[in-house]
Parts: sequence; structure tokens; C-alpha cells
Amino acid sequence: MRLRASVASLAVQGVNRASRLTGKGSGTVAGGRVGLKLDPKLLEDLARGRSTVLVSGTNGKTTTTALLTAALATAGPIATNATGSNMPPGHVAALVGTKASVGACLEVDEAWLPATAAATRPRAVVLLNLSRDQLDRSSEVRMLAERWRGAVASAGVVIANCDDPMVAWAASTAERVVWVAGGLEWKDDAGACPSCRGAITFDELGWRCGSCDLTRPTPTWWLDDRDAVGPSGPVSLTLELPGRFNRSNALVALAAADALGIDPEVAAHAMSSVHDVAGRFNEVVIASTPCRLMLAKNPAGWSALLNVVTEGTAPVVVAINSRTADGADPSWLFDVDFSKLQGRRVVATGDRWRDLSVRLRYAGVVHDAEADSTRAVEVAGTDGDMVEIVGNYTAFRDLLEASA
Amino acid sequence: MSPLRICTVYPDLLGTYGDSGNGEVLAARARWRDLDVELVAARSSERLPEADLYAIGGGEDGPQVLAAERLAADGGLVEAAKRGAVILAVCAGFQVIGNRFPDAQGQLHQGLGLLDIATAKGTGPRAVGEVAVAVPTESDGGLGLPMLSGFENHGGVTTLGPGVEPLGRVAAGVGNGAGDGSEGAVAGHVLGTYLHGPVLARNAALADLLLAWATGIELEPLDDAGSEDLRRERLGRLSLS
Ligand SMILES: [Zn+2]
Repeated sequence: MRLRASVASLAVQGVNRASRLTGKGSGTVAGGRVGLKLDPKLLEDLARGRSTVLVSGTNGKTTTTALLTAALATAGPIATNATGSNMPPGHVAALVGTKASVGACLEVDEAWLPATAAATRPRAVVLLNLSRDQLDRSSEVRMLAERWRGAVASAGVVIANCDDPMVAWAASTAERVVWVAGGLEWKDDAGACPSCRGAITFDELGWRCGSCDLTRPTPTWWLDDRDAVGPSGPVSLTLELPGRFNRSNALVALAAADALGIDPEVAAHAMSSVHDVAGRFNEVVIASTPCRLMLAKNPAGWSALLNVVTEGTAPVVVAINSRTADGADPSWLFDVDFSKLQGRRVVATGDRWRDLSVRLRYAGVVHDAEADSTRAVEVAGTDGDMVEIVGNYTAFRDLLEASA
Repeated sequence: MSPLRICTVYPDLLGTYGDSGNGEVLAARARWRDLDVELVAARSSERLPEADLYAIGGGEDGPQVLAAERLAADGGLVEAAKRGAVILAVCAGFQVIGNRFPDAQGQLHQGLGLLDIATAKGTGPRAVGEVAVAVPTESDGGLGLPMLSGFENHGGVTTLGPGVEPLGRVAAGVGNGAGDGSEGAVAGHVLGTYLHGPVLARNAALADLLLAWATGIELEPLDDAGSEDLRRERLGRLSLS
């Protein structure tokens, strides 16, 4: 390690004495920030000689990273940014203090993938999906896909979701791609072909561009009703995490583990015990009410979680804020098909409960509204039922804190 | 009588800010009055169907240019406007139905010319935030609606030609941004605005005005306590209720 990098690493550890340790590295995000300031090339140094995997996408990256880390850990120690701090300070924090012989499995913010790939020269890159995020500060989705193309060109292997045209186009520049049928919850950002702007049509067989030859690549991994199916046959996949989209996340993690030399049966077994991902899908108690607390940050995430919720019959609390981390504009509420909640006991809450209430009315969902989110949980759980809570970022965080 | 047909135009290209909600709001409000209504979403790969009321949304620069090209080639929306169909166009959609609009580089593209407006790339910061629009009374030649609440997010500056009236005057926010304080534009039954939110969910009176135009009948009032409460709360935050 260069002297400057050593000094910067020590500085990270210095900051840590004043703050708390997180993750499996010995760094903190605050420490990572200080370290990068002292040595902008610190991440490059920390990643040198290391077997690194990067996981990116709009939705499911925290979960997929957790699942893949569990699978990779069967072969030796793995450093990861388990707290969801998915930009360079978080990456530095995860790696600092660990030997280069320790592998790394890092969740990466979509916009940071090119810079992170350039710094870490990953052995594998996992690409999940690409759709609109918080609206009032999103870059154009296609522009991100374009930047991904450069990022993956030098990766050893890319594990990519062939169901998402943006991902398929981005991954097509890579030398070696493992295509996975990872599903696509949200198609409205994929209507225009990223390659030629022609119209993409979706059907049961996949998707294709009407104007150029971009079409859904044939997957080597897919899900059937029970199992994950890979190149060497079915692999039984049992998960603690709920929902179809988490099975898709697990499928992608399984394909990535396989590409990195982990036996799929061993990987699947390791993933089956992952139950809590950074507090998401956590079973908690709020106001004496047992709840399952879930975080959705964008229309695709909401769509996936409402599917999870509608697998059961429990009362539902929906919590919407519009603070800085959430985005100031909740117009995306109309991008989410809340009519799935018709017939359920639903309570609207969060700073923007009025917007949500109007949205639910137009979706034909009879509901109650409570400004106070703890009270909303109480109301939903009146009959002693377990309550499903779905919230956006700060609403989720507040309820998670209320459960402590 | 054939059902009232509402068409959401190109949700695959123009629907960035929950804009398909406008079609959903119109359809629900018609249904609640026992009107026979059909809501269709026309993707950009299809021919634009005939409808009584079209709702066009916002979009990013690339899709906006593509939508304008396809709508021009299709010709259905221009025909519909000639027929007297009602058109609500929001944000990028508003720019598209004008005479010309800019792409991300500022290069101008031809619009559909349904509203006598022209949009150019603004030089200042993007207009992002809550908006309040005072709509003139009918005796003043306006549409006579309560103050509108919405959210804007656009970089374009829109100038109104002699063939249109402004929808209203911004009491807060930027609106058309050409320095005259105007927001939106109206000509006959074609109405454009920078307000999303979606605008009709927050402003039930505007939704009903469009429905009245499309059906030609007087509509019974609905219990809009929830959306009125929302509208007032949003305006209240701008100290304008
Ligand atoms: Zn194409």
C-alpha cells in the first residue's frame, strides 16, 4: 500500500475510535469520507489484488448483496457494506482494515457504478434493473444505462437480468455475460429502445425492439414454480425473505455465486438463512402491535412490495413522507397501482397522508387516515392482527426507530 | 349513447410524474356519477384511438422528442382537436402540443401546433416546487376555478401567442416563466399547464370542468372533502389558502 493510502487508512480507523464500528470491515462511513479526502485513490488501493463483486440496480441491490455475501462467505471471509451505504465512503469503510485476501461483495449506487468499477476492477458485476428513482432528482434512465456500458466492459463476468431491456443493452458490451431471467416489475421506463429509440414490445416470450435487433437474451438461469433452474439443472430455493421479487433477487445471487465458483446447492443453502436485510422485512413491535416493516423507494419497489402484501390478508399501513431523502414531490403515488389493496383494511399515514388518501380514493381503496404513524399502526392492529407496513425512506426509518 | 372515452396518451413516453393519474381521476369521477366511461392507455407503438378526452403527461427530453414525432406522424391528436375533443396536456406534453419546444441541448423541435405557444430552453435554474395558480373568473374571461395547486419541474420557458389565454397567474412558483407571471394556456377545449401532482387529483374543479366540456352535461357535485383538504393544505404551506 502506498504511504498516502496507509495514512488515509489510519485516519479512517482514527475516526472510528470516535464513532461506532459498522459492517464487517473496521471502518465507518464518516471515516471513509475522511479517508477519501486524504487520499482520493484510497478505494483503488484497498481493492487492489482483491476479488471484488459489485451489485447495482434501482431495486433489490441491498437484498441481493446480502444474499450473495452469504453465499460467497461459504468459501471464505467476505467484506461487505451491509448497512446500505453504497457510495465510495461506504465502500472504503467496508474494506479498510481487512486483508486483500478477503473478498468483497459491494452494493453500489447506480450512478456510482462506473467510478466504483474503475476503482475496484471487479471480478464480477451484477446488474439487476434500471428504472426511475426519486423523481425530482433522477437522471435520465437511459443515460445511466449508457454509463453502465462503459463500466461493465472491463469486468471479468457480468451477471445481468435479461428481462430488463436497459440492463440487457448495458450488459451487452461485456466480454462474458451470464443472463438471468430476473423479472421486471416496472416496464414504463423501458418503452423506448435504449439503442435506437424504437418501440419495445413485451409479451409472454419476453421483449424485442421493433426497429433494431435488440431483443431479450436467452437466460441460463430462471425460476419455475418451486426451484431455481440453472445450467446444471434445478436448485431448490427456500427463502426466509418474502415475495416473488426476493426470489428473483435470490436467483440472480445464485447465478452470480455459481459464476464465482460456489456450488449452487451450497449457495442456496447459505442464502436460505438470510432473514433481515438492513432492517427491511423485519418483524418488529410498534405500539404493542406486531408488524412486518418494509421499505419502498420508487414505483418499481412499491409494485413489488404491494405484491408481497397482497399474498396475505393482514391489515396494511401505508406511510408516505416527502422530506429531503424522500423527494419533495409525491406525484409518483399515481404510478403505483394501489387498487391491489381494495378490500383490505388500510390506514394511510406519514407527513403526506392527505396526498396518499386522495390517491387511495381514486384507486377505489376504502381506508382510514391517521397523521401520526404510531397511532396508524395501533388503529390497523385493533383486532390483534399482525400489521404489514410499507413506507418510503424517512417514514420507514421513523417507524423502525419507533420499534426500538 | 356511446361511452365517454378517455385516452391517456403514450404513458410509455410521457408519464414521468404520475401523469397517468389524470386519466384515472377523470374516469373515476365520471364513473362515480354513473356515466358510462372507458379509459384507454395508448402506448406509443399503437395508433392513437379516437376519444372524447385526451390526457398527455410529462417526460424526459429524449422521450418528449420521440412522442412529438410519433404524434405528428400519427395525426390522430390533431384530428381530435379539430373535432373539438378535450385535451389536457401537462409539462412536457404541454410543450409538445405547442408550436415548438427545445431538447436537452436547446435545439428546437416542431410541436403539434394545437396551442399557440412556443417554448425555449430557460437560462436560469430549473423550476422545481409547489405552485399556486389564481384562475380568473368567467366575467374576466377566465375559467372561474378556485386557486389551483400543483407541483412543477421543468427547465423550459413558454411564451404565449395571441391565439391562447393563460390558464392563470402564478401566486407562487414559476409557471410559464416568461416574465409575465402567466401559467399554462387555454384555447377552446385544449388546456396546457406545467402543474403535475397530478393536477386533477389536487384540483377536482378542474377535472370536472374538463368532464363537463367532454360530456356537454351539467355534473352533480361529489363529496370532495379529502381532495379539498389536500388542496388547501398545499396552498396553506405557501400561505395562500
Ligand atoms: Zn432498437
